[in-house]
Amino acid sequence: MINKYRWWEYVLIYSGIALFLTFILAPFVEAFVVSLRPLDALFSIPYQFFTDEMSFDAYFTMWSSVPLLFRYMVNSFFISTAVTVLALLAIIPASYAFSRFEFRFKNSILAAFLAINMVSGAVLIIPLYKVMQQLGVLNTYFAMIAPGVAFVIPTGIWLLRSYLIKIPKELEEAALVDGAGRIYTLIRVIIPVALPGIMVVAIATFIAAYAQQFIFALTFNSTNELNPLPVGLFQFFGRENVVWNELLAASLVGILPVLILYVFLQKHIVSGLTAGAVKE
Amino acid sequence: MNSVNKKIDWFPYLLLLPATIITLIIVAWPLVETIRLSFTNTSLSQTFEYVGIDNYVKMFEKKFPSVIARTFYWMAISVSLKMILGIIGAVLLNAAVPGRTLFRVLIMPPWVVPIAIGVFIWGWMYNGQFGMISGLAQRLGILSGPFEFLAYRNSAFMSTIVTDVWIGTPMVTVYLLAAMQSISPDLHEAAWTDGASRLYRFRRITMPLIMPAVATMSLLSAIWTFNSFDIIWILTEGGPRNATTTMIIDTYKTAISRFRYGEGSARAVMIVLFLSIFSAFYFLMVSKIAKKSTA
Repeated sequence: MINKYRWWEYVLIYSGIALFLTFILAPFVEAFVVSLRPLDALFSIPYQFFTDEMSFDAYFTMWSSVPLLFRYMVNSFFISTAVTVLALLAIIPASYAFSRFEFRFKNSILAAFLAINMVSGAVLIIPLYKVMQQLGVLNTYFAMIAPGVAFVIPTGIWLLRSYLIKIPKELEEAALVDGAGRIYTLIRVIIPVALPGIMVVAIATFIAAYAQQFIFALTFNSTNELNPLPVGLFQFFGRENVVWNELLAASLVGILPVLILYVFLQKHIVSGLTAGAVKE
Repeated sequence: MNSVNKKIDWFPYLLLLPATIITLIIVAWPLVETIRLSFTNTSLSQTFEYVGIDNYVKMFEKKFPSVIARTFYWMAISVSLKMILGIIGAVLLNAAVPGRTLFRVLIMPPWVVPIAIGVFIWGWMYNGQFGMISGLAQRLGILSGPFEFLAYRNSAFMSTIVTDVWIGTPMVTVYLLAAMQSISPDLHEAAWTDGASRLYRFRRITMPLIMPAVATMSLLSAIWTFNSFDIIWILTEGGPRNATTTMIIDTYKTAISRFRYGEGSARAVMIVLFLSIFSAFYFLMVSKIAKKSTA
């Protein structure tokens, strides 16, 4: 058979995969092991991978060493959720327009949206900072949410558009014949049918929003109570004496929500995220 | 009397309104504003003047050309490594061996996890006294003593690249894997019946057919790498002695850390210029590939 491998080919493939996965996963394994080890054992020379007295202590003590830890996590969640909800309010009607209607400049407008993917928030940070300053919204949630929304819209439109194209037109034509308004049709007919697609877009958007928080929060916010997790922990990262086991324990707890989302929905997320890389 | 038909249907434009407004405020207007600011000496003070191309002149008189060169050097190494690892990874995960579904799930975490948090872990691993890499290297006898990876110019430069490769490789791998799986199995079977070896089939069937995907992914990856901020900022803040100061980091330091908005904007304009060139190439390539596949 064509897919039959000889024994040495199996060895080659599996050792290749093992090597590859080691590079990808070693940091996570190391972070987990470190979070279990007492600090003085970490600071022992020569380097040891394991210690005798492993415990989950850091996962309990971190809440008092990083007093605002829970707050950071809630902030991260809140900011990402707000970005996702606001982005969806823009993504759903826009992708409906691109999937259903013929209008002038349609392709140019779509291309213009996709071109946003080429710049990052870091490039536009100066005028954004000045705007936030003038609006007096520095050090508010708003300053961390609003810029995030714009940068997740293009991929969202691209994803949802390809989903909506597959929904048969007869569905809304029937509703329109029955005398329903067009906005009513979108809300009552299209959205319910497209709900699975909207969910995928929502999750992909949430993950993207969770990942991009760092620079906006770092630049637009200096109120510690409002900081999302990455920036909240960054202050501890820069210190002279980093409490590594607690910092890495907190990091792992912080990435848990995204990892859980990913494990359960990995198929949709992978297809969703790769579609952002534009292929028709 | 069919003037009704000729009338423009505003409904689709209405649907685009929310997305357009947000984009105009957050992306388009700041883009224009960046260009305007780059011709001013705006700083923290309330007043500013238009200074013509002074900022640009000043910028090029200083070390800026070397920053550009460093950015491209950083990007070229990082993108090449990502592409090489991505192709190898895709080939491995494309092999029909038991467990491959699981392996495909396991390669993704660096990509889905927030970049900043993944970088914290690398910060620990690069620690010279107690970190894993220095520790293992000492155990294996590669290093004779502790080595602080982020404290020296060359090692800091390479360390930030390794972390960037770690974050970027999963995406490249999954994308190329998808490209490989879209190749019709008939092609491989036909070649196989003719007695073509696996290596021969890879060279003559797989590689040519995934070439468009490799090309588009390289460009996209270049664009993202060019925009990369979190990794370098968290690990080194552009140091030591500017060894990891790329254009984005330089812009941020000038504008946000030193409050020189005008000079920072001139740097941002240069970034936008380079990104536009990449994007133009990208769109050109995508449309060329689309034309080829329909022809």
